[in-house]
Amino acid sequence: MSLLEPAGASLLELEGVSRVYSGRRGLLGRRVPVRAVDHVSLTVAPGRTLGIVGESGCGKSTTGRLALGLEAPDQGQVRFAGQPIPPPGGAEWRRLRARMQLVYQDPLGALDRRLTIATQIAEPLAIHAIGTPADRRDRVAALLGDVGLRADLGGRYPHELSGGQRQRAVLARALATDPALLVCDEPVSALDVSIQAQVVNMLTDLQDSRGIAMLFISHDLKVVRQVSHQVAVMYLGRVVEQGDPEAIFATPAHPYSRALVSAIPTPRSSLGPRGRERIVLTGDPPNPANRPAGCAFHPRCPLAIAACRAEAPELRPADGGRLVACHLVHPPSGSFA
Amino acid sequence: MSDIALAAAPPGRAAVRLPAGVVAALAWMVLILAVALLADMLRPYSITALDLRARLTPPVGFGGTLAHPLGTDELGRDVLSRLLVSIRMSVLIAFGATVIAAVLGTTLGFLAAHFRGWVEQVVLMLIDFQASMPFLILALSVLAFFGNSLPLFIGLMGLHGWDRHARIARGLAIAANAQGYAAAVRQLGARPLRVYLGHVLPNIAATLIVSATLSFPEVVLLESGLSFLGLGVQPPMTSLGTMVGYGREYLTRAAWILLAPSTVIVLTTLSVSLLGDWLRDRLDPTLS
Repeated sequence: MSLLEPAGASLLELEGVSRVYSGRRGLLGRRVPVRAVDHVSLTVAPGRTLGIVGESGCGKSTTGRLALGLEAPDQGQVRFAGQPIPPPGGAEWRRLRARMQLVYQDPLGALDRRLTIATQIAEPLAIHAIGTPADRRDRVAALLGDVGLRADLGGRYPHELSGGQRQRAVLARALATDPALLVCDEPVSALDVSIQAQVVNMLTDLQDSRGIAMLFISHDLKVVRQVSHQVAVMYLGRVVEQGDPEAIFATPAHPYSRALVSAIPTPRSSLGPRGRERIVLTGDPPNPANRPAGCAFHPRCPLAIAACRAEAPELRPADGGRLVACHLVHPPSGSFA
Repeated sequence: MSDIALAAAPPGRAAVRLPAGVVAALAWMVLILAVALLADMLRPYSITALDLRARLTPPVGFGGTLAHPLGTDELGRDVLSRLLVSIRMSVLIAFGATVIAAVLGTTLGFLAAHFRGWVEQVVLMLIDFQASMPFLILALSVLAFFGNSLPLFIGLMGLHGWDRHARIARGLAIAANAQGYAAAVRQLGARPLRVYLGHVLPNIAATLIVSATLSFPEVVLLESGLSFLGLGVQPPMTSLGTMVGYGREYLTRAAWILLAPSTVIVLTTLSVSLLGDWLRDRLDPTLS
């Protein structure tokens, strides 16, 4: 049923991908390049989930858009099932949409409020000319059941549903063409906490039953930890730490990951030796238009050394099978202060 | 919680209760359209038939007779007959021009929103040109160069107000593309035609309809103005504007010549506005 790739091959590969926007300062200011995503390399295996975490403006969503081919990278290459993703807008690109889908943060905005839920779930089938109208009706009924919506809700309009039901409808639409990859961009951030868990559980269940690969973008570390097989922590457009979620959340190696993990509210310590120690980051939140020299995190890093101001650390393997970009983990050639 | 609330109040779309004002407006528009279609059968006299012995006869109730229910003009022509035929002419011009303006403006607005870049620059330049050029001068020069014929006149009136539609369509389409449903549908793999006609247009139709109901009265008034200047509908054809124009001279002695078409203009434009407003609300499923 699902479109699995040959074993071993990764479904989605981002190789040294960069995306530069041009921003303007002031009315007559010069254009300044804003590197939203900077040399990011990630892979997602079939049926697995890669979680991307980071604060606002760190390039998470842009990475998601690049992965889907909604935007073309300025550098590097995005490959899906071994093939480079065609430029957005073409016929080939449109065909590929059936195999990769996006789940949005704001389900009400992503749904057309003038069409019923059933019509919208059937839309991808109509676009890609899958099945006869009768088949599509059966398919829509099955999809509604898969995402846990009552069949009669198909006749409702988006504004007549609750937030959780809308997100389920968006998910049903994304699953209609049986995609191999689902990019979830903050899929539960707009939802009530009690509904979040239901939607997250449903996502993992659907992944198990359909073998869908997921790119799960969120700033909520608890949710990412729950769904991901791999986690990448992003800061100012770069991946600073990547690896197994249990390892990263138990013993974060990068100072930024440590700060993020320490910010997870826990009634009792279950996060390793650091326990309840809370690292509060000081300094300005990152601005991609004005990137600090050296390691982008050094102005806010409590452990910064001289090398951090001069040289940007590279993402290199560290213990526990993870990748870390930090001079403290990999001392730069030369003296260690 | 919300489930219970929703179950208790199923979407009631069956019973539609029309407000009294809308019913009146609807009735008037039906009447106007019926007159426009059946003018030749309804009119008691030819619009050019002179009755010189009954010149400037007042309407029934003001000293007139049933032979000329709305009185006669300075040449003894029946005002009712002329009114019926004028309604047909003015409705034809106003509807034709409004449809042309709406289609032209929306198409250009969508093209600008879709292609951006130089296409958008050209469309915006045309809009600015249209806005900076007094329309009357444009109309005068076109009519002076190409002469006057009814299709040309309707086409010319269609150029009035397209810029507003284009601006609205462009702005709303860009907004829809940037975030939300249009981007979502494109992401599903839909072709631009499907995105714009299937999703963007129905969503912004409410605004465009209101815009169209604003330009309908404007076209009626513009047609009246041009006809009054002698550049619009040419005698022996007649329109509401022509009637007002020629009736103006007799305003003090025979006000009915001017009042009959004026009343029709006011009631028709008011009805169109009322209907447009109501239609906008009805077309929006989130308002109930």
